[in-house]
Amino acid sequence: MRSVNQKAWFFVLPVLVLVAFNALIPIMTVVNYSVQETFGNNQFFWHGLGWFQDILQSDRFRAALGRQVLFTVMVLAIQVPLGIVIALAMPRKGFWVPVCLVLMALPMLIPWNVVGAMWNIFTLPKIGMMGYFLNDVLGIRYDMTQDPVAAWVTIVVMDVWHWTSLVVLLCYAGLVSIPDAYYQAAKIDGASPWKVFRYIQLPKMKTVLTIAILLRFMDSFNVYTEPFVLTGGGPGNSTTLLSIDLVKIALGQFDLGPAAAMSLIYFAITLLVSWLFYTLMTKDDRR
Amino acid sequence: MRKRSLIPLVYILFLLLPIYWLLAMSFKTTNEILAGFTLFPQTFTLANYRTIFTDPTWYWGYINSIIYVSINTVLSVLVALPAAYAFSRYRFLGDKHLFFWLLTNRMAPAAVFALPFFQLYSAIGLFDTHIAVALAHCLFNIPLAVWILEGFMSSVPKELDETAYVDGYSFPRFFVTIFLPTIKAGVGVAAFFCFMFSWVEMLLAKTLTAVYAKPIVATMTRTASSAGYELGLLAAAGTLTIIPGAIVIYFVRNYIAKGFALGRV
Repeated sequence: MRSVNQKAWFFVLPVLVLVAFNALIPIMTVVNYSVQETFGNNQFFWHGLGWFQDILQSDRFRAALGRQVLFTVMVLAIQVPLGIVIALAMPRKGFWVPVCLVLMALPMLIPWNVVGAMWNIFTLPKIGMMGYFLNDVLGIRYDMTQDPVAAWVTIVVMDVWHWTSLVVLLCYAGLVSIPDAYYQAAKIDGASPWKVFRYIQLPKMKTVLTIAILLRFMDSFNVYTEPFVLTGGGPGNSTTLLSIDLVKIALGQFDLGPAAAMSLIYFAITLLVSWLFYTLMTKDDRR
Repeated sequence: MRKRSLIPLVYILFLLLPIYWLLAMSFKTTNEILAGFTLFPQTFTLANYRTIFTDPTWYWGYINSIIYVSINTVLSVLVALPAAYAFSRYRFLGDKHLFFWLLTNRMAPAAVFALPFFQLYSAIGLFDTHIAVALAHCLFNIPLAVWILEGFMSSVPKELDETAYVDGYSFPRFFVTIFLPTIKAGVGVAAFFCFMFSWVEMLLAKTLTAVYAKPIVATMTRTASSAGYELGLLAAAGTLTIIPGAIVIYFVRNYIAKGFALGRV
C-alpha cells in the first residue's frame, strides 16, 4: 500500500512547473482570443461567446468535424482488429521476435512530414510504385489529386501503415504476459481457438487494448501533418480534416478569434470522448 | 503454424514497400525519376546524398534536430524520474487528478498550440533556439515518461526501499545506486519513446524555429516547395531521417513490447 506523504509534492514539482508552463499559458492565450474581436493593430474588443456560436452553426466547421470523425472511425475500425490479428499470429519466442518488432516499429520512427512525403512519392501515377501498379498494371484509374475517393483511400491506408504497429506492439505485450499454464488448462478442457481468444487472450489484453484505442483515438483525431503533406486537404476540400481547417484559419487567414474558439471546441470534444471511453473501460476494475 | 506466420510476414512486407521505394528513389537521378517507373535505380547515383552532406543548410537541419531531441529526452526523463517515484510510492493531495491532468496534455492537438507557443517563446526571447523546441516538446513527452516510469517503478516491491533505509542509505544514494539500476529497462524505454515523439513531431518544431535551430523536417518542406520537383533529394533527406530512429530502436529492441504493458491506465 502506498503511504500518505505530502512532501511527495516536491518530487512532482519540476514536472508540474514544466508542463504547466507549456500547457496553461498557451491555453489561456487561446481562451483570451476566443472571446475577443480584433480589427488589426493589436486592438481587441470583447466579443463574448459570439465566435463559439458562429463556429457551432457554421457548415464549414460541421463538414470538417464530420470528415475528422469519419477518418478516426475508419482508422480505428481497421487498425484495432488488424493489430489484434497480427499480434495473435506473431511467434512468441525465438530469434525472429526482436527482428519482427524492430521492423514493425520502423514506420512510427519516421518524422510525420516524411511519412506524408514518402506516400506522396509512393502513390504518384506513372512514377510511384503504387500509382504505377494500380494504373498501368492492374488498370484501375487511380489519381489522388483528382479523385476524392482515391485521396481518402490513400490517407487511410497511410495511417494504417503508420500506426497499426502501435496496436500490434501493445497487444503483443499483453499476450506474452499470459502464463503457459492458462493455455494448457484450455487444452485439457478442449476449448476451441475462439474460446481461448474470447476468455483468455482478450481479457488479458484489455488493459493494453484500452491504452491502444485511447492513444489511437487521440492521435488520429488530432492528426495533421501526414494528411496535410500528402493531399493538402484536397482535391477541393474533400480531405480537409478539422485540424487542417484549423491551421488554415489560424495561420493562413490569421482569424484569431474564430480559430481560438474552434480550438477550444476541438479540445473539448477530444477530452470528452477520451474521458467517456476511459471511464467505461475501467468501470469494472473499480468495483 | 506455418500458415499463421504468413500474416506478420505479409504485414512487414506491406510496411517495407514504401520505405524501399523511398530508398530506391534516393539513388536515382532526377531524369530517371521523371522518365517513368523503374523498380531498381538504372543509373545508380550518390549525388543526392552528396548534396545533403556538403550543403550546410541541409546537414545543419539534422544537427539541429539531434540537439533539441537530445535535450528534450534528457530533460523529460530527469524530471519524470522523481515524479514517477512519487506517484508509485506515495499518496498525496490531488495525486490522481494530477496524473490524469498530465495525460490530458497528450490530447491537445498540436495545431491548437502552434500560435500561442510562437507568441510565448517569442515573448521570453527563446524563439529560434534549440531550448525552445526541447521545452515545447516536454508538453507531451513528460507525461508519457512519467506514465511509463511509474509502471516500471510500481513493479519493484516496496521492500527494496525499506531494506535500503534500514541499511542506512540516504534517499539520494539509494535512488542512484540501487533503485535506478533496478529500473534501467524502464529508463531506456521511456527515453526511447521521448526520443521518438520528439524526433517525429514537426508542427511545433517548425513553428518555433526560423534559421538557427531549423530542424530537418522544416528544411525538407521548404526546400521541396522552392526547388520544385527534386524528388530524389527529398527521398535522400527522408531516408536519412529514418536512421537515428533505427539506431535507437536497436538498443531497446528487447524491451519495446514491455514498455507500455507495464503502464497503468
